[in-house]
Amino acid sequence: MLYPRIIPCLLVHNKGLVKTINFSNPKYIGDPINAVRIFNEKEVDELMVIDIDATVHQREPDYQMINNLAKECRMPLCYGGGIKTTYHAQKIFGLGVEKIALSSGVVNNPQIVTEIAKRVGNQSMIVVLDIKKIGFSSRYEILTHNASVKTGLNPFDFAKKMQDLGAGELIINSIDQDGEMKGYDLTLTDNIRKEITIPMTILGGAGTLDDIGALIQRYGIIGAAAGSLFVFKGKYRAVLINYPNKKEKEELINKYFYFKQ
Amino acid sequence: MTIVDYGCGNIKAFVNVFIKLNIPVIIATSKAKIEAASRLILPGVGAFDFVMSSFNQSGLRDVVEKKVLGEKTPVLGICAGMQILSDASEEGTMEGLGWISGKVRMFEITKIPFSTKNPHMGWNEIKPSASALFCDIPAGSRFYFVHSYYFEEKNNEDAIARTNYGIDFTSAVGKDNVFGVQFHPEKSHSNGAKLLYNFANI
Repeated sequence: MLYPRIIPCLLVHNKGLVKTINFSNPKYIGDPINAVRIFNEKEVDELMVIDIDATVHQREPDYQMINNLAKECRMPLCYGGGIKTTYHAQKIFGLGVEKIALSSGVVNNPQIVTEIAKRVGNQSMIVVLDIKKIGFSSRYEILTHNASVKTGLNPFDFAKKMQDLGAGELIINSIDQDGEMKGYDLTLTDNIRKEITIPMTILGGAGTLDDIGALIQRYGIIGAAAGSLFVFKGKYRAVLINYPNKKEKEELINKYFYFKQ
Repeated sequence: MTIVDYGCGNIKAFVNVFIKLNIPVIIATSKAKIEAASRLILPGVGAFDFVMSSFNQSGLRDVVEKKVLGEKTPVLGICAGMQILSDASEEGTMEGLGWISGKVRMFEITKIPFSTKNPHMGWNEIKPSASALFCDIPAGSRFYFVHSYYFEEKNNEDAIARTNYGIDFTSAVGKDNVFGVQFHPEKSHSNGAKLLYNFANI
């Protein structure tokens, strides 16, 4: 039986870990390598690390940092941030990263999905879509550059396009829910789900394990990613790297995963 | 432990696991290093033809075959490294190594009960046989999988673990000194480390 995945998502800004709210006001969390070590001990399913500076500063990925993270990480690692070319992707893949995530890179050059997939395999070519509700009609739109650039792109059409071009997984990141810890945007997820059959991971809004449970209950096999939930504790958001232990995970799965019932 | 580096797979992750297990490990890019090997790991990530042709063009195939087929050096193929042990794959047109008879097939979408279909991605359970590779790894142990094709062995006894994804497919093969696992032990926490430890002691 395949299980849903529960995935901590770490943001790197000025070489340190941060957490944002609606992609703003980064709050310092700690050292990335230290966090990876803690997540190793907790035997997390997968880890996502996103460098939120690379694209906006127009620089290449920080290969040294990626190398250090990959060396430490004992579970599948997904890295994103500043990847724009096949060369970047292959170099990072060679450092021992399982999944290469692109966001603005594919918005500006969708064909790169196919090119990169040829080198690393479809399963490792991941697309991250940062999505926000725009305007009076509250229609969903893809944004890039830490939510500062509007693309005019409809996420549902674009998701299908990414699948068709060979993406192995889609990470749907809700800018509106980011850091709010009020639950995932299930409407957004429902509508993306209709368009694709490749694996999806949902990010943005998880405030409790029950939010993750609600996602699993609704979609079954899905990736439930979270930032705030796994780096903060309590209502004053004290920094504490955390993750459900084996027993808590089993209980969550047994309660919410349909195939177990 | 010798990791065959022919350009495919997460070599570093294997090195890290063996270092943590205190098992001496080297990365082999030359014939000489492979000649000296007592155990071989054949990593593999990517499409069948890409992986097969990378191996063919690496200049290492002859010496690896001599070790495996001639000297009976234990070898463990990982993910695509397991798939190339077969005769052929539906994913490509190239010939596999043929060290374990079988064909590599694509998962039938209609048989997958989830709304997410392909690839098979995430932690899934194995049902192992009595093979030494699975010593202290009980049925139900989970490993990390990410693949769209699976190995269909010709001879039942070559299957040493099965996993369910719509169908029950073979998640590990073993014949004499040749082993293959479809999942990624180098990224499967303690279960993966246990399996790699078992392989080192086979």
